[in-house]
Amino acid sequence: MERIQIGAVSLEVLTAGEGPPLLFLHGGDYFLQNRDFIEKLARHWRVIVPRHPGFGQSERPDGFRTVHDLAYLYLDLLERQDLRNVMLVGSSLGGWIALEMCVRCVERIGCLALIDALGVKFGGREERDIADIYALPGDELLRRTFFDPRRAVPDYARLDDAEATAIVRDRAATALYGWRPYMHNPGLRQWLHRVRVLALVLWGDNDGIVAPGYGEKLYRSLPDAKFELIREAGHYPQIERPDEVVDAIERFARAEVLR
Amino acid sequence: MKVWHFSEMAYHPAWPQLGDSYRVIIPSRLYDPKIGADLYHRYLDEWALCDELGINIMTNEHHATATCSDSVCTIPMAILARETKKVRLLALGMPIGNRSDPIRVAEEYATIDVISRGRLEMGFVRGVPFEISPANTNPAELTERFWEAHDLILKAMTSLDGPFNWEGRHFHYRQVNVWPRPYQQPHPPVWTPVGSPESAIEAAARGMVIGVLNTGWVRTPAIFEAYRSKAREVGREPTPDRLAYMALIGVGETHEEGRRRADQILGYSRTSGIVAPQFANPPGYVSPRAAAQMLKAGGAMGARATRVQTKDGRPINPRTMSVDEAIDAGLSFAGTPDDVFDQLRAFYNHVGGFGHLLMMGQGGLLNHEETVTNLTLFSKSVLPRVGELAG
Repeated sequence: MERIQIGAVSLEVLTAGEGPPLLFLHGGDYFLQNRDFIEKLARHWRVIVPRHPGFGQSERPDGFRTVHDLAYLYLDLLERQDLRNVMLVGSSLGGWIALEMCVRCVERIGCLALIDALGVKFGGREERDIADIYALPGDELLRRTFFDPRRAVPDYARLDDAEATAIVRDRAATALYGWRPYMHNPGLRQWLHRVRVLALVLWGDNDGIVAPGYGEKLYRSLPDAKFELIREAGHYPQIERPDEVVDAIERFARAEVLR
Repeated sequence: MKVWHFSEMAYHPAWPQLGDSYRVIIPSRLYDPKIGADLYHRYLDEWALCDELGINIMTNEHHATATCSDSVCTIPMAILARETKKVRLLALGMPIGNRSDPIRVAEEYATIDVISRGRLEMGFVRGVPFEISPANTNPAELTERFWEAHDLILKAMTSLDGPFNWEGRHFHYRQVNVWPRPYQQPHPPVWTPVGSPESAIEAAARGMVIGVLNTGWVRTPAIFEAYRSKAREVGREPTPDRLAYMALIGVGETHEEGRRRADQILGYSRTSGIVAPQFANPPGYVSPRAAAQMLKAGGAMGARATRVQTKDGRPINPRTMSVDEAIDAGLSFAGTPDDVFDQLRAFYNHVGGFGHLLMMGQGGLLNHEETVTNLTLFSKSVLPRVGELAG
């Protein structure tokens, strides 16, 4: 396992490929299921995939409690590695982190791709924009998360202790960062005009965690964004349809260069 | 040894209408407040009777459940603080990691302590995992919040010179100044329920009284031993009054009568764990090591199912547990007064002694008359003998 050091914080990291830099910020669960997606991205980019603090075997400094901390950490990463014109890609929770980075500083970010991102509250106080994954029965949660759960979900009984521990740490850290307010920052929406980069908002057409309608509201809230549905995919389209998602990001990046 | 009568004040009339969850998601239209009022009054009457019987009183709380209609443990205690005159009042207790305002907890407890003229014993509980959703507290921070609230409450009760500042991780006040201050000085005795040697060690380090619930013959000795060992290590003599054990107790004139009462009280054990699985293990609630084992075993329910065991280590299904199994497991003492005393003594000797017997003298469907008889018979025929137990 590789590690990446950002100041005092040591994170587990996957890196692959050559070319312009791409930082992929993963979602709350199914980290290892992103491998295929990452390999396909690596044909076009130098891909950096840190496992967030508290996740997997990444340490979490005691003071890291919010998505704000993660956003500053990854802005530090871009600075310390002197990465420029970065393609920033965020899935689910990672999309929220990416948005929090962009409202702070887009200096080193070239383009933003959000995949079924969380983090923004659009509905009223009695409307639930984001399904309560902690209150859904297990089988319904899987049906809402994946277009085809049988293909995407690992057989947990076959994991070794280290793999199982990494997954439960992912889930505990997701709860830590996202429990309340639930998977969003109430103040984020009012600052979305600061996301001053071209953004691509991708959404699984079968996402039952955050419906495509949320994605449409999100892309309309950004200064300069496009919206694209990924067919036959749930909350993690890059896991279920890696070719389509990589293709969409690659087309988007190429169009941006030509602009 | 002190004996305490405990009931969860079950709202059992709804039980036949509940499916595979008795908690969290059940609609409150299944609660009939007219029946509920009758139930509250009868449970309070049973506790009030304890004042005459020489049995101390214990309440607890759970939320969004028909297994326990006491959702604020200090409310029945506030009533009983005035209605009783002699016995001690144990709230075991307040889920301080889930309450948003520890100062309010300090005020509630201090008020009860003063009204009862110093009879309160205050319990601080972390709460079972399915209390997380009703409170919507972050499970990954629960333990940390629990200890911060604990420290703040005790400081608030013992600071007598005006406001102090508290800017912690989870709680923020600039003028902490609790009125009234407690009747007992420096503060009422502090209890916490524990279910593992690890949590017993944390309690021992702070000199808290531990209430051990539903751990039985197999799991209790290691918990008590961990407590005693840690207490000695930090220079505190682990006197028996630091240790409490809960048992479901059915006393009768005959073996059959006592066991029949215990069988009804066991309605508590048979329903208590029935909860929709998604609420049984919120992420971060248990250690990564324990959570990893649950993940591989297909969830928390499997892990919970093996918690109750016979003396020889055979798992017992808590939902269908018989009286014989419960007695074998050390969860219940039942039969004639002699039976109950003999079972209690055997358990007492097996675990190395303890100073408090938390007697669930009412549970499940056991009705008022039966409960009164159960408590009265215990008071008359078992209570006088508990002094015979060593220690």
